[in-house]
Order: sequence, then structure tokens, then C-alpha cells
Amino acid sequence: MLKIKIPERFQPTIKEFKFVLRRVKDSPLSLAGIAIVMGFVFIAAFAPILAPPQLDPPYLIPRDPALGFKLEPMPPSPSHPFGTTQAQRDLYYGCIWGTRWAFQIALEVIICAVAIGLVLGLISGYYGGIIDEVIMRFTDIILAFPGLILAITLVTVLHELNWQTIDAVLLSIILIGWPGYARLIRGETLRVKNEDFIEAARACGASDLRIMFRHILPNTIYSIVIVASLDFGGIVITAAALSFLGLGAPIGWADWGRLIYDGMGFVSGGLRWWWSWVYPGIFIVLFVLGWSLLGDALRDVLDPLYRRK
Amino acid sequence: MEKVVSDEIIRVEDLYLNFYTYEGIVKALDGVSLNIKRGEILGVVGETGCGKSVTSLSILKIVVPPGKIEGGQIKFNVKGKTYNMLEFNEPTMSRVRGRYISMVFQEPRAALNPVYSIGDQIGEVFYLHRKEEIIKAVIEQLRKEVETAKGFRKRVLRLYLSLYERMLKNPKSLRVRLASKIPILRRFRNLMKKEVRKRTVELLRTLRIPDPERVVDMYPHELSGGMAQRCVIAMALVANPILLIADEPTTNLDVTVQAQILVLIRELQKKLGSTILYITHDLGVVAELCDRVAVMYAGNVVEIADVMTLFKEPLHPYTQGLLESIPRPGKPFTSIPGIVPSLINPPPGCRFNERCKYAMDICWKQKPPLVEAGKEHYVACHLYSGGK
Amino acid sequence: MENLITIENLKKYFPIYGGVLKKKVAEVKAVDGVNLNIYKGECFGVVGESGCGKTTLGKTIIRLLSPNSGHIFYQTPREIVEAIKYLEKNDPKSKALKYLLREYDIAYLRGRRLKKLRRFMQIVFQDPTTSLDPRMLVKDIVAEPLVAQGIAKGKDAEDRVVKVLEMVGLSRTHLYRYPHEFSGGQRQRIAVARAIITNPEFIVLDEPTSSVDVSVRAQLLNLFQDLQKELGLTYMFISHDLSIVECISHRVAVMYLGKIVEFAETGELYKSPLHPYAKALFASIPIPDPTRRRERAPLSGEVPSPVNPPSGCRFHPRCELAMDICKRQEPPLVDVGGGHFVACYAVAKKE
Repeated sequence: MLKIKIPERFQPTIKEFKFVLRRVKDSPLSLAGIAIVMGFVFIAAFAPILAPPQLDPPYLIPRDPALGFKLEPMPPSPSHPFGTTQAQRDLYYGCIWGTRWAFQIALEVIICAVAIGLVLGLISGYYGGIIDEVIMRFTDIILAFPGLILAITLVTVLHELNWQTIDAVLLSIILIGWPGYARLIRGETLRVKNEDFIEAARACGASDLRIMFRHILPNTIYSIVIVASLDFGGIVITAAALSFLGLGAPIGWADWGRLIYDGMGFVSGGLRWWWSWVYPGIFIVLFVLGWSLLGDALRDVLDPLYRRK
Repeated sequence: MEKVVSDEIIRVEDLYLNFYTYEGIVKALDGVSLNIKRGEILGVVGETGCGKSVTSLSILKIVVPPGKIEGGQIKFNVKGKTYNMLEFNEPTMSRVRGRYISMVFQEPRAALNPVYSIGDQIGEVFYLHRKEEIIKAVIEQLRKEVETAKGFRKRVLRLYLSLYERMLKNPKSLRVRLASKIPILRRFRNLMKKEVRKRTVELLRTLRIPDPERVVDMYPHELSGGMAQRCVIAMALVANPILLIADEPTTNLDVTVQAQILVLIRELQKKLGSTILYITHDLGVVAELCDRVAVMYAGNVVEIADVMTLFKEPLHPYTQGLLESIPRPGKPFTSIPGIVPSLINPPPGCRFNERCKYAMDICWKQKPPLVEAGKEHYVACHLYSGGK
Repeated sequence: MENLITIENLKKYFPIYGGVLKKKVAEVKAVDGVNLNIYKGECFGVVGESGCGKTTLGKTIIRLLSPNSGHIFYQTPREIVEAIKYLEKNDPKSKALKYLLREYDIAYLRGRRLKKLRRFMQIVFQDPTTSLDPRMLVKDIVAEPLVAQGIAKGKDAEDRVVKVLEMVGLSRTHLYRYPHEFSGGQRQRIAVARAIITNPEFIVLDEPTSSVDVSVRAQLLNLFQDLQKELGLTYMFISHDLSIVECISHRVAVMYLGKIVEFAETGELYKSPLHPYAKALFASIPIPDPTRRRERAPLSGEVPSPVNPPSGCRFHPRCELAMDICKRQEPPLVDVGGGHFVACYAVAKKE
């Protein structure tokens, strides 16, 4: 190992990180989860190398000119490792870039949903009273609807308003996602708010804003991390479901759900055109499985850490 | 098994206990030896982490994993016979707990189940350990009533009597169990419930709880700390245990309430002749209450003596340090320099060596054995066992 | 001796909400009319059992809580306090009164002026494990008062942190660590360092040694005394451990159910407590000397709830000397000589 001089201020964080790693190593399921997730990260990172982009934006799946516009999918062959799907789109390309697309959606949605949920949850939990009531009623309204139904409705409405479908999908998943985070963070804020060190901070003259972001927030990070990692898989499935219903990514987009939608017409043939829906399906299942295992593992590790403090 | 001195109830010999944690193996008990004599109040003093609570938990074998008893013996002398409690299996231990040895913990409201009333919880102990007695009492009552009853009532009472007698002979009798499920017939158990309630109220009265009839139906959250602790003590005394272990029962209570409970404990001991193992970190309580004292440090018993001797002539440097650090007005605050050693990597030899002003070479090499340095006065220090 | 803090008739109630509409149904009268003054440079002890309001009193004085009524005069000369009391009685609507109150009474300060006050009044909490933010480095915890109030930041703040850590017996190597890596005694030192970094004048010590091991207590108490001498601090030492209070305080007050029932100089109070509650309290302390075992009957009954305190003198249901007047009227604090004040009709009659 290289002997890098780590500046003193990072040493405690590194010690903590090492502790987490050690605990994670102990459980085979969490190792499996990490392996799967790392595999996907690798694919997403090296997508341009594994499947050189031919169109712009690179998410558009290229068609093989040699095979023309034939409707029927072609089986796997050396030039098309996973075969092709409807209208001769290369499935391998679709799956690889689909990974990158999945990460992109998930990250964008989570960052936005967490940001909104964080701010609203902190304010709601810290101030209480009527502000809390109002914000919570908003979350109640959104949570009262089954998530997917609400997302479908939102996408359709936004489509009518001439939004691009991709943006519509992102926005609707963010809108159905933030209340969960707001509730979570509000609960954590309520828990932390009554601790002695918050009173001590107030005695030091800290303003409300400082208390919220410098004291309460770092103490709620662990629960956010746990839920977010479980959510990663959930978001991708929701997006895939929307695409599967035809509301998500447009034609020819490298999105797993879209690929399954394309392959849906050929399911009736039984296993005759199996590659058109099996490969994207495997990718989705493994992706969600990996993140779920990772999320569970993180919860097992971070929970005692969280309690230890 | 060698016979233990007849006036000793418990003798702990060389008890070793480890906790297997992520940070390492915590050697919590490092050869603890002490004895508890019949009818006395033995105080166990020490700071946080010295192992006093863990010792009492080991006597009852309720140490939670990752803790594991690694060696030693706990000799229990009852009804003329001596047993090694560490060899008892779980069913035997559950017969011992509550019936022969019971325990009172530090936080009364944590020891009481918040969804059951006090009467229910104390009654539960009656059902577990004194059921026979209750049934016999009910049978006697029934027999008397049957004589004076007439007609239908007489037949009902006879039926009840037969059920109870069967219960007494064969606790698992199928007939009794069926009868307990049939809607109107199962009212025969109300007699038992009434008897238990009567005894519970009496017990609460013995513990100086005001208005016991009302308290029996109250829930733990409705009681104050002092009352709740008395109820817990009541639960512990239901089965007339030979030994009552009290783990810092008054630490969380106000000073005036603590004084009340200490007086109560002394009264109970005189009245019932119970033996009490009283764990605390407060030397004042020890001086007020105990007959003999054992001082523990970092998993070892360092001194055992009767209370007068301990306060007048403490032999172990740690005990001397403790007594000196009692705050006195006009004197500057003194304490024992240093801190308690880590139990994951304890120092070799005597665990007090880092902080002891009399430490010699041998203190770093060999652990001092517990030797008798005076009449019934045991010390574990090389100053008194050097060379032996 | 100069008065640093004078408290007049301070009251702090906590509302209890109940019912469907969450209306206020009752109040916990935690502090119910307290008068006292704390001299500059002294250590003023407050003792009492749970529910007597001592912690609430401490927090209200430094304005972590807002009082319901009463005055807290900080660094106010005696004449002005007298003037205010006179004006309140005779001319409550005068402009002079309003001006004086705004200048000297910190009980109703808000906003920026309140924030400035924090520099001078600090608090050390009981449990060092929960009073330090577990996700902050020691350096940030101790520097917090400086940063939050805009006094210093960056390298400047760090230097001051190091200086203060050395004063409490820690060192520079402890800067970049988390609180959970320290023992209880060390954590309490970190809390003390945080309290003294802004050079305050008044520190409330709320049971600072209760959650700490016996052997560490002495070290902490010595630290408090040393700091008091070095930095000229004034303490309010709240505790239920009467023996510690005896050794560290110059004067001591005994509280019961939100009121002060007796206060005097430490030696005087411990030698001859006069109020029946104070007497019973002192008699209940177990003495670490087996030759002096008490055979006296302890105080009967329990502390009533502060939601519904008894009428008149709060202690009358449990008092052996209770007279008729005790049930009707609250006894005032009377000077029975030598700065020894007692609130009891029976005692006042005797003297």
C-alpha cells in the first residue's frame, strides 16, 4: 500500500469507514450485494467502451443496417451478442446503455427527492405547529395515492402539456418520492431535537438554521443512506414499469423497461423469441436485487453504529 | 462435592466471565470469589465496570450473550445439600429463579411490564411459584363452605372442590385444563384469583405501600419511582426466596425515598430473615445497611470484611483510596489517580498496579490471591500475601 | 459583595395539553416564585430532589427557557433593583420603569440582544454523552460558541480551542476525534471547555458529576474550583448529592416543589438546617461511617406532583410542625440571622 500521509482531520472518518467495511465483510449476502452493484457500476462507467455509441444522444439504440427494418427479432449472434429486438435494435447495446441510464435516472431522482424531503422534513420537524401540519397534509395527500397510479397520472398530464416524456417520468417519480423522505427526516428530526446537545448548541448561541443543518442533519444521515440505497432499486423498477406501460422512454431509447415493452409483443410466442425479454429482465432483477442486498447490509451495519453513538 | 460451611448460602469460587465483542474479548470477571452467609446483608461495592452487576447476573445465570461464563463454580447450599449452580440446566435454573433466589434491578419502571397491572404482575409470581399453597388454601376454604352450603350451591362447590383437588394432585390434568376453557365452568378459577389478590394486598401492606387495595389495580406508569420499586421488591419476595439480590435499587431514587427503602429493607430482613446481596457504588448506603462488604475492582474482588472493619481499617490500597476520596468539607477533593484499565487488554498481574502507590515488582507479574489477613478479613494484595 | 444576578419572583410553568382540541388543561409549576441573588465570584449551590425545579431554575436564569413572569437582573447595581421594585409598586406604568427594565432585566430579551447574552452565561449539562453532538469533531464542538456567535473562525478559533483544551487538561491531539472515543470524565471536560471558551462570567453546572464515575468526580470538581479561581467565574451548582455541594459551594439553597425553602452559607446550613424539609433531607443522606447509623424514622410520603402543589406552604402535608396558617398562606423567606433565610412559620415564630 502506498504510504500516503492522511491529514489529521480525515482520520476519524477513515476509522469509521474501516469499521463499516469490516462489518460488511462478515455477511455473505452483503458481499453478494456489493459485488452485484460494483458490477453494474463498472458496466455503467465503461459503457462507451463496451458498446461504442453510434447515434446522438448515445442512448438511442442503433439498428443494424444489414438486417433492415424486419419486425421479427433476430436470435443472438456474434455481431449481436444478445440478439435484436423489434425493428432490429441491438439488445446488447440496449442493456449496457440501459445500465447507465438506470443510474442516471436513479441518481437524479434521489438527489432531487432527498433535497426536497430534507428541507421540508427538517422545517416540519423542527418548528412543529402549523407549519408541520400543513406540510404533513401535503405528504398525506400524495401518499394517499398508490405510487405507480399517481405517477402514471402525472406523466399523462405532463405529456398533454407537451413535456418530454423523459423529463415527465423524472418529475413524476420525484413527486411521488419526496414525501417518504420528508416523513423520514421529520421523524428523525423529532427524535434528535430533544437531545441535550441541541440545547447545548442553543446555549452557545447557534441560530435555528445552524442547528438544523449542522446538528440535526448529520445525525439523520444514516437513516437517509439506508433508505436511499433501498430506493435505488425501487426507482428503477418504477421507471421500468412506466416504460413497460408505454409511458416512459421514447422509441428506441436504451431503457430496460422500454426494451421489455418492445419485447412484449413477442411474449405470446413463448420461448421462441426469449432473448427479447429475458435479457432486459435479468438486468432489472439483478440490479434491484443488488441494491436491496446492499441496502439491507448497510442497515445492519449502520444501525448499531448509529445506536452506538 | 465438598461440604460448604453450613451458614453459607452461596459461595462463588474463581468465576471467570468474558464478553466477546467486536472490539475484542472483554475479560469482565477475572476469578471472582466471595461467599454469602445466611441472614446477612452483603454489600458489593465498586465503580462502573468493576463487574458487580455481572457477578449477580451470573449467580442467576442470566448473563446475556455475547457474555459467557468461562470457568469457576457457584456453590449453592440449600436444604442441607450443596450444588454447583453452573452445572444446572435451564429448566432447573428457572425453578431456582424467583423461588430460591430473586433479583431487584435498578430501574423499577423497566422491571415492570407497562401493560399489566401491579396485581397481575405480582400474581404471576404467585402462580409460578406458590400455586400449590394457594390451591391448598382454596381447598380448605371450600371444604368449610361445603359443610354449611345447601342444595344447588352445595353441588357447585363440591364440583369446584373436586377440580381443585385434581389440580393439586396432577397439575397437568386434562380434566382441569378442559374445565378452564368451558365458559361458565371456568369461573372456578376465580376463587384462586381472589386468594392471590388477597395475598398480594397483604404483601403490599407489608411493604408499607399506602392504600394497597387501590395500588393492586394500578399500572406501573401511574406509580412514582419509590412505589414502583417497592412493588418490584414485593414481586421478588413473593416466593420467600432464600437470597434476594438487589442491584443498585435506590440509585435512581430521590434521597428521601432512598432512606425509606433502606429502612424497609432492614425491617424486612429482620422480619423474614432473608439474606440480601446488595450491590451499590455508594459507600454511605453500604455503611448504613450492610453487615459485610466486598469491594470489587476491574473484575476482581479485592477485599472482603465486615463493615466496621472495612471502614476503620481498610487494607487494600483501592479501598483506602475509595474511602479517602469521600468528599469532606475543608479538604480538597482527592481521587485515585489514573483510570480503570481497559478490560480488553488488562495489565498483567494485579489489575490495580497502574494506580497503586505501593506497587511492587511482583504486582506486575502475578495476580494476588485472596488471602485471609485478619479475622474474616480477606484481601487480594501482595502486601499481605507476599511470598506465601 | 457585589450581586451578579438578582432574581425576583421568577416563575416558569410548563403547559400540559390535553383533550381533543389540545387545549392547555394544566400547568407544571416547575419554578413558582423564586427570589435569590448570586454574588460575583461565588459558587451558589442549589439542592433538592427530583421535581423541585432546580434544573428548570438554572436553565431559566441563563435564558434557555423563557420565564412566565418575574425578573432576572444581570449585573445590576443594588440601587437600580430597589428603584425598579419601588416603581413597580407605586408607578407601574412609568416610562422610567420601562426603560430600566429594558436595560437590565434579561428575562424578556429576544433576538440579537439575547444572542449577545450567551457570551456571558453558559451551562454544563448533566450527561456528557448526550450533551456533545456525536457527529461533530471535538474541535468543532468546542469552537461552536465562537463560530455560532461570529466571534472567531478558522485558524483563530482553532488556536483558542487548543488553549482552552489545555486549560481543562486535554491536549491538541484530541482535536480531531469524536466524542465516543473518550471516557465519561473526558467528555465532561470537553463540555466544560466549550462552556469557558467565550470567557463567560456565569456558568450553571447542572449536576455535572452525576453521570460520571466516583473516581473521576474529584478530578472534575478540582477542575471547577481551579477554573473558578483562574478565570473569576461565578457558578450555580445544581445537584442532588448533598455531600459534594457541601464541599464546593459558598452558599446553598434548598428547593422544594418550585420554591426555595431555605438558604444560607454552606457551613451554617449543614450544621443546623432549620426548615423541616431541609432537616429531613439532610437526615436522609447515608453517612459513610457505620458507627453513625441513623435509627430515626425517615420522612414519610412522597413529593407531590408539581401540577397540583398543595395550598399554602407546599410542605404542609408531610410536615410534623404544620399549623393552621401553613395550609392557608405561603410562608415568606425570613432572615433568621447571619444571612440564613427560612420559609417556615414554625421556625420564624421560634426565632
